[in-house]
Amino acid sequence: MLKTPHTSDRTLMIVFTILVLAGPLILAPVGAGYPDLMQRFVIYGIFAIGFNILFGLTGYLSFGHAAFLGVGSYSAIWMLKLLSVNIVPAIIFSVVVSGLFALLIGYISLRRSGIYFSILTLAFAQMSYNLAYSVLTPITNGETGLQLELDDPRILDGASESGQVASPSLFGFEMSDTAVVPFLGMDLQFNVGFYVSALILIGMFYLSLRIFRSPFGMMLRAIKSNQTRLNYTGFNSRPYALTAFVISGMYAGLAGALLVCMDPLAGAERMQWTASGEVVLMTIMGGAGTLIGPVLGAGIIKYFENIFSRINESVVEGWFSALPEGVTDVLVAVVSPFLGSGWHISLGLIFMLVVIFLPGGLVEGAGRLMNLVVRLWQSRKTGASQSDTGPADGVTPAEEVSHRSVNTRES
Amino acid sequence: MGILEVKGVSKHFGGLLALDDVNLSIQQNTVHAIIGPNGAGKSTLLNCFIGKLLPDTGTVMFNNKSLLGLAPYQINQAGISRVFQTPEVFSELSILENVMIPAFAHRDGAFHLSPFKSLARETSIREQAEKILQDVGLIDERHHTASAMSRGNKRRLEMAMCLVQQPKLLLLDEPTAGMSRSDTNNTIDLLKTINEAHNITFVVIEHDMHVVFSLADRISVLSQGHVIVEDYPDKIKGHPEVQEAYLGTAESE
Repeated sequence: MLKTPHTSDRTLMIVFTILVLAGPLILAPVGAGYPDLMQRFVIYGIFAIGFNILFGLTGYLSFGHAAFLGVGSYSAIWMLKLLSVNIVPAIIFSVVVSGLFALLIGYISLRRSGIYFSILTLAFAQMSYNLAYSVLTPITNGETGLQLELDDPRILDGASESGQVASPSLFGFEMSDTAVVPFLGMDLQFNVGFYVSALILIGMFYLSLRIFRSPFGMMLRAIKSNQTRLNYTGFNSRPYALTAFVISGMYAGLAGALLVCMDPLAGAERMQWTASGEVVLMTIMGGAGTLIGPVLGAGIIKYFENIFSRINESVVEGWFSALPEGVTDVLVAVVSPFLGSGWHISLGLIFMLVVIFLPGGLVEGAGRLMNLVVRLWQSRKTGASQSDTGPADGVTPAEEVSHRSVNTRES
Repeated sequence: MGILEVKGVSKHFGGLLALDDVNLSIQQNTVHAIIGPNGAGKSTLLNCFIGKLLPDTGTVMFNNKSLLGLAPYQINQAGISRVFQTPEVFSELSILENVMIPAFAHRDGAFHLSPFKSLARETSIREQAEKILQDVGLIDERHHTASAMSRGNKRRLEMAMCLVQQPKLLLLDEPTAGMSRSDTNNTIDLLKTINEAHNITFVVIEHDMHVVFSLADRISVLSQGHVIVEDYPDKIKGHPEVQEAYLGTAESE
């Protein structure tokens, strides 16, 4: 890692930026090129990157990160209601509030480690959920949730007069604005909200890269590896872990704020423990402790949620309609429980396969695939060069073959 | 006045008296060995030095500062490093990173935030770490992860992790436990070179008499929680009380 960090990191950053900015182009062919879903890819990517700074680096598994997502959402919508529909104050305020909230919860939870830490964070998140759902109804509007309304004060930009609720914007550019460009028979949708979130994602990815490559990041990895040893090495490890916790809480708050900026609605269900579990799944599926893994995991899970859950029985019947009727019925009966409302079953199966066969997540899978390709390519190259030079050196064909097979195995 | 002064330290575990009024004075730049049969209280005593245990009575003073009640990281920051009985390293990190971490602790203190500084730019820390790795003979493998190392090499790495902090006092808890004869001899040589090259006081807890007599300038013998003898190595060898503690006497049969 210390050998050539600069060049490889720069390449990673450039490739990542291009892929994210080309999102509408890449995602349209797989049916995911619409603004709502693309925004969610990016926002949950930010959430997972932040979670990974805590879980991937320090090994502390928080089961309550949705609480920070929710706090971020509520803070953001209050800023949109009270100050202005410009998203800048909303984002800044929610990052600050979720950071403070994370400081409090982290300070208490980090007194324990392992499963006890996880349980503490889970308990705090469920408490926050119940507070938002019932006790704090004046602030959170209970189960209905909060949304923008006509009579919001909006001190900075003046309340709406046109009789229409304004939508969140960035200095005049509305998040919901979309330019539709026809391209090769597809409609590419370039959405303002997506690009605002995408730029923030790129910035946040860069920030996490810097943290990974800093002495601070190394301390966090040392906490995961052997926290007791770190204490005997002269470090007070707890403030390091707490800093990581607060940073990841702020990432979650930022993601929560962006969710509200894209779709101005904040409800308590965003803080449910299932939402906390989801970010754990994303991170592990993509590859905990890797840079790109969490973004990948977030993309895949959100893709599944949106695409697979829409495939209902009649769509499945359409797939197999060419087959004889009896066969179609059987196939539909077998396949349909895994799709539509049962998409969680497929997701669970995929998650199990990843955890069992690729403990390093999809990033490990991609790495293995790359190695395989490189190996095949190299063995073909050496094989080819040998058959060129072989006869000239007076090697008999039998020897040549044995050479080649040895080489294939070695390289 | 020694660098480490232990006065009247006692420690009970329930009804068991593990340490009974232990007094020790460890002089600067010596190798002081603490030996004794199993269960004599050697590890308990060491744990009182490093903040893992709090003695019931007595004082432990390091350079005239009390160590009692300090957290392990504070004791390290005071200048006491420790080598564990079973080598403790950061297995998932590279060998170089393993040495850079204590170097950071030595330079920046117990908590120092620089989350956006690049590790690759910390050249002085890296050079320090590489120099120490050169000294202990691990420089060629510095980019490997520590998990795959042999026990002997892990011990070397641990020594490097301690040395990079330039400690005033190094505590070694059975540094050659479970090692082969050749690894043991290598470790003895390593410790000797270190002791001569750096001005570090050593406190060694050890079973292996071969190690003790090749290293120690001074030996304290602990038996049943009590220091029974403290003397130079050649005097300890034939000491009747020591033999009694280790072997029992003819009369007691």
